[in-house]
Formats: sequence, structure tokens, C-alpha cells
Amino acid sequence: MRQPVRKELNASRRPSQRGTQESPFARRLLIALALAFCLVFLLLPLANVFAQALAQGWSCCRDSVTHPDSLAAIRLTLLVAGITVPLNVVFGLAAAWAIAKFNFPGKSILITVIDLPFSVSPVVAGLMFVVLFGLQGFFGQWLDAHDMKIIFAVPGIVLATLFVTFPFVARELIPAMQALGTEHEQAALTLGANGWQTFWHVSLPSVKWALIYGVILCNARAMGEFGAVSVVSGHIIGHTETMPLRVQALYEGGTAASSAAAFTVASLLASLALVTLVLKTFLEWRQAREYERAQQISG
Amino acid sequence: MRKRFNALPGFGLTMGITLFFLSGIVLFPLVGLVIRTLELSWTDLWHLATTDRALAAYRLTFGASFAAAVANAVFGTMLAWVLVRYDFPGRRVIDAMVDFPFALPTAVAGLTLANLFAANGWLGRFLVPLGFKGAYTPLGVGIALTFVGMPFVVRTLQPVLENLEREVEEAAATLGAGRLRTFVGVIAPSLLPAILTGFALAFARAIGEYGSIVFISGNLPYKTEIAPYLIVMRLEAYDYTGAIALAVVLLMFSFVLLAAINLLEQWAAAFQN
Repeated sequence: MRQPVRKELNASRRPSQRGTQESPFARRLLIALALAFCLVFLLLPLANVFAQALAQGWSCCRDSVTHPDSLAAIRLTLLVAGITVPLNVVFGLAAAWAIAKFNFPGKSILITVIDLPFSVSPVVAGLMFVVLFGLQGFFGQWLDAHDMKIIFAVPGIVLATLFVTFPFVARELIPAMQALGTEHEQAALTLGANGWQTFWHVSLPSVKWALIYGVILCNARAMGEFGAVSVVSGHIIGHTETMPLRVQALYEGGTAASSAAAFTVASLLASLALVTLVLKTFLEWRQAREYERAQQISG
Repeated sequence: MRKRFNALPGFGLTMGITLFFLSGIVLFPLVGLVIRTLELSWTDLWHLATTDRALAAYRLTFGASFAAAVANAVFGTMLAWVLVRYDFPGRRVIDAMVDFPFALPTAVAGLTLANLFAANGWLGRFLVPLGFKGAYTPLGVGIALTFVGMPFVVRTLQPVLENLEREVEEAAATLGAGRLRTFVGVIAPSLLPAILTGFALAFARAIGEYGSIVFISGNLPYKTEIAPYLIVMRLEAYDYTGAIALAVVLLMFSFVLLAAINLLEQWAAAFQN
């Protein structure tokens, strides 16, 4: 008795849906193709990093992380991110304040120039700093005479990383500040707050999630940058080798052990990417929930 | 229009900081490169930028980037459609994972893809006997560039798909159009500007890509050598002018693409309204 009833129910439902939905076969085919694409291009590469890292066993894994050269690379990567991310926060906040709260001629040109590093190849970015500070560069002789080193040293790595991460924080903050307008700040000022108080207690809290979002993306790029850093670093083991460069050096070692070591250092970077992704997803989810709540209140 | 009164302080300070950083980090290096380029004679520049090895490198860079962007346009559209329209287990995880290529350092991407498609890798052991050599070949360059550009089409298309009015599709269905005809005739045209924008973004990103390619291509001159790699080779030989000549070609191309992307985005925005 139940079987025919259900059939009839389905029969009555189907024609009304046929117009705006694909046939179940087409739908399953599309989902299968999309999942296959994700499997080959997302899940397998990720799983492979960890599998290859463990290919020579746990102890090999531990040894390659605690190797002095790897530790030096980890320290340098943390140092570079520790310098570039705060500088980008300062720049991002200043740029967002100037662009979102004031009107001035040339604003759209300014925004385009801030985004420029995104469209420059990392290798070309590195080359620019070599042209400026390399031995044959504009300031090369002067730097050499004063015994200062930028290229093939840490300052060059910091500069190259600053260039490639330049837009990250600013481009998250500018739209966030623009969306808020200036009414709250005007009110705070009318009530007697000074400029800094207004910034700390009114503006900054209202864009904090956008700021954190930008910082997370900026940090991931700063720690993972390869092309620009590779050009300016000089690959001096233990001194100017960041984690991604260490991965390359180990990979080029050629033996099974050094390959596993390369994948071990790579797995640290892949874990960083996963953490970045989780935090990013959490922030987006939070933002969507806040937006919904605001809609409910205003509706 | 009355000039709006703005009592907010700090314009001078923040604008100063902005311009200071912008000049020091972006404009100053860019101007340095331009000056060095202008010091070269046009004939020298032309010769350095069009050696046989450079031409082979451009062909691979632009060809593989174009192929990867096409692959991303096709699969990205499909993925965005599936993520927005259908519900299936794991949808939210996949949705979050789409940004993985942005978060993963390119060196790691190249390393793991090269290993995956090598003769003894997880995929290579099945694909290489079939003649599909995905490591140390031009095909490998295409695979790495597809990975790197993957999020662009999906992320530009998703909001457009979400805001698409279902009424139009219903109208098409009422008028007797089949699902495929509705898609081709009604849905696809309104998605086109977003797909093209995503395509151009993925293409632009692929042109400059270096980190992932170093690992997977094998970097054989005339065969699997990309233009950014040739810049690095010339720099390592202290051939600054040769490196600059190639860099200028890449830069000009990126700026043309940037202008095209801006136009496309304006068109897409006009299309949405």
C-alpha cells in the first residue's frame, strides 16, 4: 500500500520542479565531476604532503625539523612575518582611514596603485630590489662602501616580502571602513573625544574582524612567499634561507631522505595553510551571522 | 552640491603614512626598473627580449597559462554551480577548501603536485603508463597553473550565481524551454562577464607564477622553461640587462591584463544592474 502512494506523491511533485531543476542524472554527474576535480586538485595534493613527509618514518621527520638549518629557516620565516605583518597593519589602517573617511582627487588611482603588487610577478618584484640595491644596482656601490647589505641578506627578504604582501590588509580594511561611513566618528568627536580616542574606541573595534581577516591572509603569504624571496635571498644556508627556500634546497638534494625532509618542512607550511583556511572560514561564518542578525534587527 | 563638512582629524597623518609606504615599497622599486630600462637602447632591449630561448619561454608561459585559465573557467563554473545550487554531504568543506590554493605556499604546491604526477606518485603510477606525463613536461606546467588559479573563477562566479533571479528561469521554463536551453540561452549570458573576469584573473596570476613551476616543470631550456624562470637564470649569471628586458615584457603584459580586468569588472557590474 505504501509503495504506490509514495510513487504518486513523487509523480505529483516532479512536473512542478522540472522547469527550474536539472534531471537527477545531470545533477549527480555534475556533482561527481566537481568532486573529482576537487579530489585531484585539492585533497590529494594536501594528503600527499603529509604522506610523503612520513614516508621515512617519524624519527626522520623529527630529525629534519630539528636540524639546525631547518630551525634557522623557521626562525627567519617567523622573523620576516613578524616584521612585515605589523608594518602592513600600520599601512593598511592608515590607507583605509585616509581613503574611506575623506574625499580627495585621485582616490581611485591610489587604490589601483595599492593593488598593483598583485599583478606583478613575484620574480619581477624581486628583480626590482636587485636593480635598486644589488651590487650593479643604483645604490649597490654606496651600500658596499658603507658595509651594508640588503640583497642576499635579511633586509632584502623583508623588502621583497613587504612588496608582495602590500595590498592584503589594506584591501580588506578599505571596503569595511567605507561601509561604515563617518557618523559614529563624528558623534564621538562631538561628545568630546579626541582623534586617537575616536580611532581606538570607535573605528578600530568596528573593523576588527576585517583587520584580523587581512592579517591572516597577509601572514600566510608572508610566510609562504617563494619567488620574490628566492631572487633576493642568495640561498645562504642557515642565514638567508626561509622555509619555502629550505623546501627547495632539500628537494634538490635528490636522496629519499632529503626528499622526505623537504616534505616534512613542506608539511609545516601546509599546516599553516590549513590553520589559515579554518580561521578564514570561521571569520566568514561569523560575518555572515552578524549580517543576518543586523538584517533581523533592521527588518 | 554643498561641500560636506568633515570634522574627522588625521587626514594629513594617514595620507602621509600611506604615501610614504607606497612610495618606498612599490613606486620607488618600480621607477628604478623603468629608469634602468630607459637606459638601454631599444634595439638592445628588443634583441635581449626576443632571443630564441626567450621566445620559447614566452610560448610556454602564455600557452600554459591560457590553457590553465580555460580549464579553470570550465571546471570553476561547474564547481561554483554545484556549490551554489546543490546540497550534498561535504559541500561546506569543499566550499572552504576552494581557497586552499591561495593559502598554500606555492613551493609546497609545486612539490606535492610534482610528486603526485611523477611515475611513482599516487596519480602518476596510473597515468604515466597511459601516456599522461604530468611531471617535468609542459603538461605539468599547465597542471600547476590550474591549481594556482583555481579559486579565481569560483569566487567571482559564486556571488553572481547566488543573486541570479530564479524567476527568469521559471519564465523560460513556462515558455517551454528545456533545462539545457534555459541554461544556454538565459543563465549563461548573465554569467559570462563574471566567468571572463575570473578567467582573466587566473590568466594574469598564471603568467607571473614561479614557485610551483620550479618544482614540477624540470626547467629544461626551450622545452619546459617558463619566462620567470629564465629571468632568474639570467640574474644568476649576473646578466641584469637580459633579466630586465624579460621583466619589462612580463610587466607590460600584466598591466594590459590589469586594464582588461578593470574593464571586465565594470562591464560585469553594469550587467548586474
